Amino acid sequence: MIARAGALAAGWLTRPGRTPRSLRLALAILSGTGALLLIANSQAQSVGVLEGAPATRGALAAQGGPPTDSPTAPRKSPIAPAPGEEVAPTPTSPALIAEGRTLFDTGCSSCHGMALQGRKDVAPSLVGVGAGPADFYLSTGRMPLENPREEPLRAPSHYSTRQIEALVAFVASFGGPPAPDADPAKGDLALGLHDFTLNCAGCHQIVARGGLTVGAAVPDLQSATPREIAEAVRMGPYLMPHFSTQQLDQHALDSVARYVLWTRHPSNKGGWGIYNLGPIPEGIVAWFLLLLTLVLLARLIGERTA
Amino acid sequence: MLATRAGAGVIWRVLDRRARRLARHSEERMGANSALKWMLRYVFPDHWSFLLGEIALYSFVVLVGTGVFLALYYVPSDAQVIYHGPYELLRGEQMSEAYSSVLNITFSVPAGLLMRQVHHWAADVFVASIVLHLCRVFFTGAYRKPRDLNYMVGLTMLMLAILEGFAGYSLVDDLLSGMGLAIAYAVALSIPFVGAQIGYLVWDGEFPGGSDFFARLEILHVFLIPAALALLIAMHLATIMRQHHTQFPGPGRRERNVVGTPMWPAYALRSIGLFLGVAAVLFLAGGLIQINPIWQWGPYHPYLSENGAQPDWYIGWLIGALRLMPNWEPTIAGHTIVPNPFWGGAAFPGVVFTVMYAWPAIERRVTGDHRRHDLLDRPRDRPVRTAIGAAFLSWVVIIFAVGSTDRLFFRLHISYQEQIHFWRAGVWVLPIVVFFATRHACRALQRSDAHPLREWQGQLVARSADGGFEVLAASPEGRATEPQAPPLGTAPGHESER
Amino acid sequence: MSTDDHPGRGRLARLAALGGRLLAAGALRSALRRSPTPPPLPPQDAEDPRKREVPANRRAETAVAVLLALAAVFGFGFTAAYVLDGTNPQFLGIAIGGALALLSAACVTAGKLVVPQETAVEERGLLYEEQQTEATIDLIEQGGEGISRRALIGGAAGLAGAGMLTALATPLASLGPDLPGIHTTPWRRGVRLVDDEGNPYSASDIVIGSLFTALPEHGDTEALGAGLLVVKLPPEYLHLPAARRGWAPQGILAYSKICTHAACAISLYRYPTYQPTSNGPAFTCPCHYSTFLPGEGGRVVFGPAGRALPQLPLMVDDEGILRAAGPFHEDVGPSWFSVRRSQS
Repeated sequence: MIARAGALAAGWLTRPGRTPRSLRLALAILSGTGALLLIANSQAQSVGVLEGAPATRGALAAQGGPPTDSPTAPRKSPIAPAPGEEVAPTPTSPALIAEGRTLFDTGCSSCHGMALQGRKDVAPSLVGVGAGPADFYLSTGRMPLENPREEPLRAPSHYSTRQIEALVAFVASFGGPPAPDADPAKGDLALGLHDFTLNCAGCHQIVARGGLTVGAAVPDLQSATPREIAEAVRMGPYLMPHFSTQQLDQHALDSVARYVLWTRHPSNKGGWGIYNLGPIPEGIVAWFLLLLTLVLLARLIGERTA
Repeated sequence: MLATRAGAGVIWRVLDRRARRLARHSEERMGANSALKWMLRYVFPDHWSFLLGEIALYSFVVLVGTGVFLALYYVPSDAQVIYHGPYELLRGEQMSEAYSSVLNITFSVPAGLLMRQVHHWAADVFVASIVLHLCRVFFTGAYRKPRDLNYMVGLTMLMLAILEGFAGYSLVDDLLSGMGLAIAYAVALSIPFVGAQIGYLVWDGEFPGGSDFFARLEILHVFLIPAALALLIAMHLATIMRQHHTQFPGPGRRERNVVGTPMWPAYALRSIGLFLGVAAVLFLAGGLIQINPIWQWGPYHPYLSENGAQPDWYIGWLIGALRLMPNWEPTIAGHTIVPNPFWGGAAFPGVVFTVMYAWPAIERRVTGDHRRHDLLDRPRDRPVRTAIGAAFLSWVVIIFAVGSTDRLFFRLHISYQEQIHFWRAGVWVLPIVVFFATRHACRALQRSDAHPLREWQGQLVARSADGGFEVLAASPEGRATEPQAPPLGTAPGHESER
Repeated sequence: MSTDDHPGRGRLARLAALGGRLLAAGALRSALRRSPTPPPLPPQDAEDPRKREVPANRRAETAVAVLLALAAVFGFGFTAAYVLDGTNPQFLGIAIGGALALLSAACVTAGKLVVPQETAVEERGLLYEEQQTEATIDLIEQGGEGISRRALIGGAAGLAGAGMLTALATPLASLGPDLPGIHTTPWRRGVRLVDDEGNPYSASDIVIGSLFTALPEHGDTEALGAGLLVVKLPPEYLHLPAARRGWAPQGILAYSKICTHAACAISLYRYPTYQPTSNGPAFTCPCHYSTFLPGEGGRVVFGPAGRALPQLPLMVDDEGILRAAGPFHEDVGPSWFSVRRSQS
């Protein structure tokens, strides 16, 4: 087969025609190299959409570990606020819970189940998650999610504030820690920058302008409220890791929240901040504003025809 | 009003006397008048695209001026200090003295931040204008004999300018440039056989470097490379003066002459005007548009990094190559032979610069044209050269774009992995498309355009097989007339020449 | 072809004709020739481009004067801005930038509308003087008069050159490090893991789904081999190679924080809330997006990194503090020539 392909290629290379032979040779070399690269690349790595996924359920059972969708499996559970830490009060009135149940049945149970038990390969169980995750996902509009395989992204909230309260009350009634909170006024900006750089900037960018990770887009935090920041830090939505009270205590959390709010208006002492994204907008300005101006000046000074 | 008029008259007379005295003094002491006269009457061709190199030159002047100011305040030391300056967010933070000194320039030294920003904008514009100038030189064929040597001097200056810029913003030791230095270290290490030695030599030990590292980097940035650049600029200008500038073809323009504006008074004034304009744009940008806000990023530590970290644009082509490469790292018996960053960080720029250096010789070889050229080509008149140049440029630009568009992916929510896989093939396919498209465009422009540079009137005729004449092409004026026999003395088969 | 009184032109024309004939051969050359012949240059006695105009433009002169005066105002304004608020680059920039822009405008206006506008013609001068070249070549060749065994001496000189160059280049090797273990690491058996403020990590501090940066106690925190990523994974994600099964007490794993591609610190960690609809736990480097799986020994699954992430064995001491149980399984930092890649 290779011999036949080789004969075909040789025939194409030497056939009479308008394209110069050297150009055909160059094309052949380029496409050959390209093809080789593609083949080598596809063998170089395992390119799976789901990477690092655990083995099949049978193998899991053999290893003695619980199935991943079991509520008692060790998982990234939302971290409870430590004693003495800021807590957002959980709504608990029975009327609210009943309203929440109605809303849940219509809007959420198709994925999360009528008893919040979750649905295999679709949505996790919500038993024991508490008020924090419910409040976070609903007020940032990330839930309800049309396609469970897509990343939940910030959107205008589907529900009104009262409806969110009701849903939070309902979910919290199934157990779990209260929602954490943060008070930026009590935070320290320098500590906030320090902790944010160490723990958050790798994904969220140094001034919280968001970014990219392999498998998800990382949101910018320009619309985040202090409560949402605290909730996200303690629960780790979607692919984000979470941070325990040991790692980031309340003062650190307040400081990080204060820093994130500060990034909405960072100290752009040098003038127009060009979105605070770093050298990319700077390069665009250098070429398409500064150099363009100078080229126009040159055209003004010089002649246009020889 | 009258007083100012009279005053102005007095000033002119004084200047006139001064000028006379200057000319006499210089002749008596240096015998310089013949050189001065030659200089004053020196003719520059007027096309605007010949000013691009001057933009680069004047940016360099601004760089040196602002650089001197900055060098007076910068401290090249990696000794760790605790910050107690005016910037609240870094108070109490541990950082190197180098970073602290730059914070000092930014917040405490009057005009310090202005000078820093002008210096950085000037660096970006300096390299950009060199690249634009290089494109002009390439697409008009100005690199041909006798200017191939000068072209190589120019390429060397481009390399030095890129290195100089990278060294400059790495002196600050902030989080962003520190990450860049780590990558540079990895690229140095990746060179087979001598990589580790080179890395240790430059960094005075393993990364992040010995205590001398910033001092050495400063000497490189403040003295060694600027001195080399100044020398090369002098060579570049002297060679141009000796050979005279090229010019586009046109009325009265020949290979043997130069048609243009004499240096004095018009060209000198316009050139000074361009210099002042470059300085104006750079100072306005330095005051109004923020660049490199290092205080927002904090100091560098090897165990820290941030998302979306990018180098300055003239290093961006390398980050693209590093991101695009599949994870090839050939080994023999479990030992790495060629570490992965070599391909994107060393081999890729090596190939690009080698091709650029070799191009005049390649073109001479392939076309067999060893003549001296002082007249330029319009890009459309050399479709293959223009197409090859466009394809090569597009190859580099695509790789550059891939490295800096993760933010674009962030906006459009297209999977990063998919994009990389696509571009691994696309980076080879697209330049081929560009080649054919450019060549086609050049040929189409040649056919359709009346070619304003060559204002000829008449017809291009060829003898047909039956003895008559057929018109191949005609200028707008010549179109209406009958085909005319070519003038006497034209040899058969060369009717198109005159 | 019309000739003129310029001496070199006839020769040039012959060379041009020769060049044209050479163009007739070769593939790329044929491609070049295939483009339509550009129209010929106009004849020698076309209009003479020389000219000289004296604009005598009073309005332009006034404009120049006004621009210069305004530039002076801005120039003094710079000093004023400096005195009033020297650390504000906006005012300073507008002042000096404005002054320079106005000066530039004045010069350009003067250069185009005030001073005499002239188009002149200058001869280039012959760069190539054949006699000079011949004379120089003769001079050089005279130095070799009488030498007959050129090939022998030439060959010997070549050999000597090769030998000398190799000798000159060899001391370079002394400059470098011993190649194995190029990046020193402060991690030895028993060194405690601490955070960036020096507080030791207990095993109980490390929770599932969180990312920790650890540094060696009393070690050089700036060394490439110092920074660690510490995570805890539940058993269903742990598939370590056989030789390293015991390196993760309680499922706590430690890896070098320095990417094996180009030495950036790895700072992205994804841990799924719900595994079936998203990706499993992985480290990603922000520089070129190399992605490593902590549960599978730091294996590379995406990106340009050529080596897996070096893993550090951990142990929990009697007080529950995490300590290193030995050195990394592989060299840390970016690869270099001959770095040994571990098989396990």
